[in-house]
Amino acid sequence: MSTATPTVAETGGLASDSGASSSVPRKTPILLGVITVLLGAAVLLGSQDGDTTFRLATRADFVQLPNLVVPAEATALVAVVLMALVAAESTRRYVAGRRTPLWLISVYSVVAMFGFLSWAAAGGTVPVVGLLGGSLALAVPLVFGALGGVLGERVGVVNIAIDGQLLAGAFAAALVGSLAGSTWAGLLGAMAAGLLVALVLAVFAISYYVDQVIVGVVLNVLIIGITSFMFSQVLSENTEKLNSPPRFSTWDIPLLSDIPLIGPILFRQTPIVYLLYIAVAVVTYALYRTRWGLRLRAVGEHPKAADTVGIKVKATRYRTMLLAGAIAGLGGAFYTLVSVSQFNREMTGGAGYIALAAVIFGKWDPIRATLAALLFGFASNLQGVLSVLGSPVPSEFMLMLPYVVTIFAVAGLVGRSRPPAASGQPYKKG
Amino acid sequence: MQLALRDITKRFGSLVANDHISLTVEPGEIHCLLGENGAGKSTLMNVLYGLYTADEGSIELDGVEQHFDGPGDAIAAGIGMVHQHFMLVPVFTVAENVMLGNESTGFAGSLDLGAARARVREISERFGFHVDPDAVVEELPVGVQQRVEIIKALSRDARVLVFDEPTAVLTPQETDELMAIMRQLAESGVGIVFITHKLREVRAVADRITVIRLGKVVGEASPTASNNELAALMVGREVELTVQKQPPTLGDEALVVEGLTVVDAAGITQLDGVSFTVRAGEILAVAGVQGNGQTELTEALLGLQDGVRGSARLDGQELVGRSVRKILDAGVGFVPEDRQVDGLVGTFTIAENLMLDRSFGKPFVSTGTVNQSLLRRFAEEKLAEYDVRAPGISTPAGSLSGGNQQKVVVARELSKDLRLLVAAQPTRGVDVGSIEFIHSQIVATRDSGVPVVVVSTELDEVAALADRIMVLYRGKVVGIVPADTPRDVLGLMMAGERPAEEVA
Repeated sequence: MSTATPTVAETGGLASDSGASSSVPRKTPILLGVITVLLGAAVLLGSQDGDTTFRLATRADFVQLPNLVVPAEATALVAVVLMALVAAESTRRYVAGRRTPLWLISVYSVVAMFGFLSWAAAGGTVPVVGLLGGSLALAVPLVFGALGGVLGERVGVVNIAIDGQLLAGAFAAALVGSLAGSTWAGLLGAMAAGLLVALVLAVFAISYYVDQVIVGVVLNVLIIGITSFMFSQVLSENTEKLNSPPRFSTWDIPLLSDIPLIGPILFRQTPIVYLLYIAVAVVTYALYRTRWGLRLRAVGEHPKAADTVGIKVKATRYRTMLLAGAIAGLGGAFYTLVSVSQFNREMTGGAGYIALAAVIFGKWDPIRATLAALLFGFASNLQGVLSVLGSPVPSEFMLMLPYVVTIFAVAGLVGRSRPPAASGQPYKKG
Repeated sequence: MQLALRDITKRFGSLVANDHISLTVEPGEIHCLLGENGAGKSTLMNVLYGLYTADEGSIELDGVEQHFDGPGDAIAAGIGMVHQHFMLVPVFTVAENVMLGNESTGFAGSLDLGAARARVREISERFGFHVDPDAVVEELPVGVQQRVEIIKALSRDARVLVFDEPTAVLTPQETDELMAIMRQLAESGVGIVFITHKLREVRAVADRITVIRLGKVVGEASPTASNNELAALMVGREVELTVQKQPPTLGDEALVVEGLTVVDAAGITQLDGVSFTVRAGEILAVAGVQGNGQTELTEALLGLQDGVRGSARLDGQELVGRSVRKILDAGVGFVPEDRQVDGLVGTFTIAENLMLDRSFGKPFVSTGTVNQSLLRRFAEEKLAEYDVRAPGISTPAGSLSGGNQQKVVVARELSKDLRLLVAAQPTRGVDVGSIEFIHSQIVATRDSGVPVVVVSTELDEVAALADRIMVLYRGKVVGIVPADTPRDVLGLMMAGERPAEEVA
């Protein structure tokens, strides 16, 4: 605490100095300072005894990594001191007119997380593989949703309806999966449903120039209504036949899944996760390296310029939006074909909006948006893991975590980002 | 390739934008299309480029009739266009912009950037353009961006190139370079259509001139015609091109600006320590290529900018830090650079627009109500005095032509008790006839002993009005020079080069 206080005093002083006009963001040092103080206060006030065990391997592992055991209180204090140092360095750089480099923020995040876990899980065991692997699984719908969002905005249409696409995908996957008795059929159904939602959005946004944000929000509400109605009126009447889809089982990738730590996290997952890897790679490659991507980006940045070289702006937007919807719908299938093998009303819990935040946090780039979505997945999973461990933080508080991370991420750490210039603007000729 | 437009007619509702326009362009010829803003030049070219479909008439290439459904068809037929507002994606590189829509691809649809780079280099070398294929377009100077547009058209094997008002954004030097490029292109066998309203350029480069007015071809002229002949054709009556003005009778130093600096919201310094003085009865013209701090300068004087430092004193009173209301009350008249955004409320009537800045009290407003009869009398008087061509004072200002809209703005600003007039781009998008009138009004204001600051990107206008000229470049004053400074010296100053000897 004593080490953290001066940092905050300094950043606080800078915050009131609005005359300083420079392009270096002030919020990074402030944010780092605030988090340091919060953790410092938590450690000092809620003293924790005992050791914390980090379990690095699972029982099925080929190579058994030993457990890492650290003294809880001491580790947390060391972490707070390190964090305070980084925050001080960040402040020093801000005063000198320089940005805080990303690697420093990364180091800070890892130290902070390690310190926090040591403290929160004192006397217990943190299953590292379960924590990270579970984060990946929870991030799946977010990543698919974010990919759909990135594609939409890159071509110039704000895809607020991601949540609707996820929900429709979840619903269709459950229904089609149950009827056909096949997970893959369910997956196709989910894509078709996401595509359909995107089609409605596209028709209004592209052909009728309706405000995209409004259509998107209305669509989300509409999908909630339709799926809830269908759920209570149709699905629950005949749960056996209509709402009990088969579930994907996990596939172990030979060799890769035996790599210590990484293997069980990344390569002992369901096929839908492997589809995710492929989707992220293909979308990234296609967006930056192909004719299709160049035209798509041109349409989102300067549609008139694209038009004058003979690119059909509206057709490009339609095609991309439909693809984006299908990808987002795929993410929805995760809820009913992996998480639980049943559809429930509003089961996405607003994940589409978090995916949208990941799009912005990821600066409209598929890889960064994926990383952002993974961060949100981590925040959600941390909450689950900690409540099992019985941490001193109230569980209601932990439930807020993913959303708090979203707000901090979008408001605090994004820095200056630049959306595609024509995002959200309908294209009218002449 | 010979291009022939035959009897092209294009209507927008009841407005006939193009009325049976015919023209031909031979290979290797520079054909000038001269006309005022709104004469229908751009409409005609959009028809040619497939952006609009003509209601009547036909387009022929080497005698074969063409049907263009979109720009793609026009490009395929060999027509290239250098747009007034560049059709380049700012965040793409030169090579990416050049290849867009015409990409060669390799394995799995991957872009062949190497081929595009080579193409840019090849064309760039052929015409001596010096364009780096990997430069990001938004970081290039405007003149180079225009070359990218030309490369883009040439890379699609354009045989007819249309230049739509290409010099609006260029410095005089860049304009001269563009003229040379156009000559070079023509010599290589390309047919060129050059759309402009600037007489000097037409006479410098054209092989043939077609003049259009109100959507109709009103005549052909030869490049040897005088400016006055061309202007008369363009406007439809004799016009006075040079402003009649007497030498100024200078008073005291009225406006003293010292170290005026504007930092925008993004933290970028847009205006950097600008200092100058304007004496009563003097016109200081601020020259410079668009976007070099002129907007910030005028808006800072009016109190419209945040982040202003330094000082601007009018008759000893500080203007910086005061509200717009107080600055207007101090007798500052302001003609904003974009009348449709900042000068007028388009849906309001002419009369309402004439009293926009006087809605705070007498004479037009008393006890919260507008004195309609007084306003009507005032508006009718101004309509006549400023020669605004409109059906009446209750016509919405937005429905007037550009020139008449500007006259309404000028009428409003000049009919106050002025202590300072700030006019930004007073004649942009205004027909030649109205330019003549507005210029004479500005000179009259100066002769009545008011200090005047005129901002213009058109050197002709600067030369016509100025008693002294201040050149801005990247937010800084390059120099303040006498009104008779030669064009080429001003041109170099506009590109940031300081004059050999500075005259304050």
